[in-house]
Amino acid sequence: MKHTISVLVENRFGAFDRVATMFSGKGFNIKSISIGETEFSDVSRMTIVTDGDEQILNQVVKQLNRLIDTIKVIDLSHTNHIQRELALIKVGLQKTTMEEIKNITDIFRGKIVDINNKSMMIEVTGPPEKIDAAVNVLMPFGIKEMARSGTVALNRGEQLNQKNEFVQTN
Amino acid sequence: MSNGTKKLSGADIFFECLKREGVDTIFGYPGGAVLKLYEKLYDVDFLEHILVRHEQGATHAAEGYAKATGKVGVVLVTSGPGATNTVTGIADAYMDSVPIVVFTGQVPSHLIGNDAFQEADIVGITRPITKHNFLVRDINELATTIRKAFYIASTGRPGPVVVDLPKDVIASECEFSYPDDVDIKGYKPKYKGHYNQIKKAAEIISNAKRPLLYVGGGVIMSGGSRELALFAKENNLPVTMTLQGLGAFPGTDEQSLGMLGMHGTYWANQAVNNCDVLVSLGARFDDRVTGKVDTFAVNAFKIHVDIDPTCIDKNIVVDLPIVGDVKHVLAELAAEIQKTPDVKEWWNQINEWKEECPMAYEDADGKLRTEYVIEQISKKTKGEAVIVTDVGQHQMWTAQYYQFNHPRSNLTSGGLGTMGFSVPAAIGASFGIKDRPIISISGDGGFQMNIQELITAVAYKLPIKFIIINNSFLGMVRQWQELFHAEKYSFTDLSASNPDFVKVGQAFGIESYSTDDPKEVDTLIDKAMSINDRPVLLEFKVVKENMVFPMVPSGASISDMIVKRLNPKRMM
Ligand SMILES: Cc1ncc(C[n+]2csc(CCOP(=O)(O)OP(=O)(O)O)c2C)c(N)n1
Repeated sequence: MKHTISVLVENRFGAFDRVATMFSGKGFNIKSISIGETEFSDVSRMTIVTDGDEQILNQVVKQLNRLIDTIKVIDLSHTNHIQRELALIKVGLQKTTMEEIKNITDIFRGKIVDINNKSMMIEVTGPPEKIDAAVNVLMPFGIKEMARSGTVALNRGEQLNQKNEFVQTN
Repeated sequence: MSNGTKKLSGADIFFECLKREGVDTIFGYPGGAVLKLYEKLYDVDFLEHILVRHEQGATHAAEGYAKATGKVGVVLVTSGPGATNTVTGIADAYMDSVPIVVFTGQVPSHLIGNDAFQEADIVGITRPITKHNFLVRDINELATTIRKAFYIASTGRPGPVVVDLPKDVIASECEFSYPDDVDIKGYKPKYKGHYNQIKKAAEIISNAKRPLLYVGGGVIMSGGSRELALFAKENNLPVTMTLQGLGAFPGTDEQSLGMLGMHGTYWANQAVNNCDVLVSLGARFDDRVTGKVDTFAVNAFKIHVDIDPTCIDKNIVVDLPIVGDVKHVLAELAAEIQKTPDVKEWWNQINEWKEECPMAYEDADGKLRTEYVIEQISKKTKGEAVIVTDVGQHQMWTAQYYQFNHPRSNLTSGGLGTMGFSVPAAIGASFGIKDRPIISISGDGGFQMNIQELITAVAYKLPIKFIIINNSFLGMVRQWQELFHAEKYSFTDLSASNPDFVKVGQAFGIESYSTDDPKEVDTLIDKAMSINDRPVLLEFKVVKENMVFPMVPSGASISDMIVKRLNPKRMM
């Protein structure tokens, strides 16, 4: 089963490596990982999509918590949350296919962000499933290159983590 | 305490911090990147720097010191090869949760990443084998980092911390202030167990028919041996211990079932298999204990007390977890028990198992065996010595035949199983413990893995008894070859290639003796025990082909235990 975990880490040298090292060392899967700034300059948020049954997930969460640089670990799978991913997809272009690709892009509320006479770059954002769907539909036109950002996610409504309320056990 | 505005150099700050942390001993080896620290060390008088002969020796010595005293062991080495040589000891400390802080020199900041002379990314290398590590990039962070390093190493589930010190940082200056408190957002160890969980556990133990305490090294680390004894005695509970747990409860107490697991006693393992409530205290359901997990204590209600939440439900899914410090939890648990469980029948059963299959070894042929040597050491020292074993058969026989009566008496590499541990770890222990004999026990294989440290023991006149159990084989591997690998004794026979250990000892300046006669064992032990101002070495030449039993083959169920020597052909 797929799980989305949000991890707040100290924004400092090596914090990301620690998480990555832990995942590979323990043999856990990473399907996607993204990292970026938060509302606090000294805290980064990592969003990790991982795979495994409940027991494995429990271990992942505990092992993440155990790292000294992790401030808070939230398994979003059990909360009402929003997931987004961004993809840049470069599709092969022929005169005859241009119109069709434009239509598809519109359907996915994507944008054409670059074009030349051989290819066209499309930007799509949305839940990861929507990106998967867009990729599938564009596949027959020949995807030349693709970059996906990995999922970022946030729970809806009240924030779960007031900075001064961080509780953590090791 | 924050004080003064005078600027201090990195080296001054370094030692000032060690002083504040109460460090009295550091194990180290100099080199280019730490010359400033060694320059300063020349005038430092509040601590003793112990010069080892290999940086691996320094880390094991720090472990020995930490395991024996409960204080943080400290190591200081240079960059590059000095740092990489510490890796095995760090990994060992990580597996056995030993609090050590390893300071490594690093090339100057501006050269980091340039493949500079003696550069190694020790922070990267040790990331998966440290509780945490730091690269100090700014002199202003030096004091807080050292404070944090000691705090992290010694609190919660203890473990090794590496602090990498670039040469230029140590050479620069800043105002010194040492923080009183440590505040690490992501690290708040939890000592107190959840009250409702403890209450529930007490109820379940009260009503148990066949309860069993399964005790690990966590009890010793938390300093909870007294609480354990009170709890076990009050409720007449049987106690079995892991390799690291030995000493947490007196081995001579009739409620002790000895060690469980792969080379545990028959009755301890039977008790595990048949108990109805298993209370794990500071143990981690290691594979050497559980054997095949699907058949481990299947009918037992499992209570698991551990300070590290990741240990819970990792190998075995338990029914009632209690996250907290074992010492605290045991005290509360004892207070919560309303009625002592009725365990009379259970004890009858356990005693039957004891009689059915007692620990025994062959001794009719007049040949010298390790079991006998260990038994004699145990008798002669009355279970009062600090025993530091290496890894292999002698380690298991020591666990089986030495009656540890106190915590912090059995220093051994359990998790990583590091040959070469004993000699340097005994040296470390010897700096921390002055009022009890320190006995290092190694096989002929492992003894040669850190043999260089003998001279450290000589140089500091440490009264260590170095005991070599010489079976002319890499014995434990030989045992597996005999049992499971078609008797192909591939590269385990050292009989033609071992050095003369007595001459080796003498070359280091150590009084050394050897025997292969059981009748001489006592005399040699007495001789060694009478020497208290310098090391002494005893070689016991034991039979070559001997096996540690009982044995649960790796990955088998505990019930498939081999209790005595079988015809090896039948094992294929
Ligand atoms: C550093 C290291 N290398 C290899 C091993 C694998 N190993 C485990 S026990 C053993 C044999 C140890 O032989 P010896 O030191 O003579 O002790 P004995 O088993 O004979 O008591 C070996 C090679 C190990 N544990 N550690």
